[in-house]
Amino acid sequence: MNSQIRAQFPILERRVNNRPLVYFDNAATTQKPVRVIEALDRYYRQMNSNIHRGVHFLSQEATSAYEGVRQQAARFINAPDHRSIIFTRGTTESVNLVAHSFGQARLKPGSEVIVSEMEHHSNIVPWQLACERYGASLKVIPVTDSGELDLEVYKELLNPNTAIVAVTHVSNALGTVNPVKEIIFLAHRLGVPVLIDGAQAVAHLPVDVQDLGADFYCFSSHKMYGPMGIGVLYGREQLLGSLPPYQGGGEMIDRVSFEKTTYNELPFRFEAGTPNVGDAIAFSEAMHFIEELGFETLNKHEEVLLSYATDRLRELPGIRYIGEPHVRSGVISFMIRGLHPYDLGMILDKFGVAVRTGNHCAQPLMERFGIPGTVRASFSVYNTTDEIDIMIEALEKAIEMLQ
Amino acid sequence: MATLKQKAEEIQEEFAMFDDWMDKYNYLIELGKTVPVIDEKYRQKQYLISGCQSQVWLHAALENGKIIFRADSDALITKGIVHLLIRVLSEESPEAILDADLGFLDEIGLKEHLSPTRANGLASMVKQMKLYALAFKAKQSQS
Ligand SMILES: Cc1ncc(COP(=O)(O)O)c(C=O)c1O
Repeated sequence: MNSQIRAQFPILERRVNNRPLVYFDNAATTQKPVRVIEALDRYYRQMNSNIHRGVHFLSQEATSAYEGVRQQAARFINAPDHRSIIFTRGTTESVNLVAHSFGQARLKPGSEVIVSEMEHHSNIVPWQLACERYGASLKVIPVTDSGELDLEVYKELLNPNTAIVAVTHVSNALGTVNPVKEIIFLAHRLGVPVLIDGAQAVAHLPVDVQDLGADFYCFSSHKMYGPMGIGVLYGREQLLGSLPPYQGGGEMIDRVSFEKTTYNELPFRFEAGTPNVGDAIAFSEAMHFIEELGFETLNKHEEVLLSYATDRLRELPGIRYIGEPHVRSGVISFMIRGLHPYDLGMILDKFGVAVRTGNHCAQPLMERFGIPGTVRASFSVYNTTDEIDIMIEALEKAIEMLQ
Repeated sequence: MATLKQKAEEIQEEFAMFDDWMDKYNYLIELGKTVPVIDEKYRQKQYLISGCQSQVWLHAALENGKIIFRADSDALITKGIVHLLIRVLSEESPEAILDADLGFLDEIGLKEHLSPTRANGLASMVKQMKLYALAFKAKQSQS
């Protein structure tokens, strides 16, 4: 079963530093199955044309393929309508869009934006920019020693000045799965909308934006087996429709005159310029790949890898897990006492093992734990327990060299 | 006294003895462990060169026309390379530092560590060293 899956990912045959590649940097980006690569190739060989404005055959074909992906993406996260799906470059642009447009409509001096201490910089900095622009302030939900959000403090932070809550579904640095449904429920009691950063969630758990009650949900194709450069912003239609545009340009307009321009309806009003049609069409194959495998299979496999890795890592002297959340997805972050993550990562690389070291674009979180960074191993459907053994052996060697 | 070029060649000769990466890294790590850490007074924010991955502290002073560099890093491999750079560049005149060719790192297979994309602080450190040299040179020509 696993070998059939591996066979679909050509890059796994690569050797690096004279060793077979062990790719454990899946939280940064996953590898791509052949069907995604081929879809991209096929698009540029057979279908490439600009969409929406063409009367000719190819343009029609590309338009309907592109709009088909929008409907598929809506189904993928159970959005009620394809009009609430905006294609972006990825999570970062999705958050920036909301911070910009929602900020303009709703932030004013005295407003508060709640984020958490475990956010990726992509879900911090856009809000900081918006807060600065409108005189609002940023409030932060702290993280507990086990790497979970402190919901008691969150409840105290929520107040009538809260304009929006923006938190991550799954932490990229710790793997923590946050109780976002509860977080949204608590905010909605005060009528406060919630944005969920789903970058690390969509490849690992079934997401149902209606069940969660999310007002905005952001994710990137490249972290779920799809190509880079395309992602999604889901926005509750009524809310999204009430926001001013983000970027101006072609496609997002209704009528343009030098006196006044009126804007197109959803979703087009938020997609200025020629969209990334080719990548959207390849992204479709990535969603099919996940759906055909099924989250049950995916989860079972990842759980096996996570628990095997946790057990094996425990054998190492000086191991310290950073974050031991109750519900975890895909990621193990650790340190070896006295050793620098960068040294460990460099030596692992020499053994062909690709992990991520450093602060994982979550500097506030590293500060919270008082560490320079961690070693992060993140798993995917094509990884194996044999590969974990290779990583452990490499770590043993690294410890021997560094101590 | 050995010139900058001779010092670089010496290092190249030392590294020629190693036949695989592991020996090389063991040597760097050993260097990282044995080279004394710089005085706490230099391990301060104003001397910090922040890489995303590891940190480097760099201090420079002009003594008798030569620049004395003191540097340190929190990661051992980085520190080992920091030490090699100090060995070559410290106690040299500003002109010699500005002209310095660091090709020896390429020869010993460590050039990758100087790539800015490594974010280990080394690329910025070299740049900072050259900036110090430039500043000291300007100061010298004024006086
Ligand atoms: C939790 C989280 N949010 C946001 C991002 C940013 O995603 P992208 O770089 O695809 O925009 C990442 C990716 O590293 C992430 O892990």
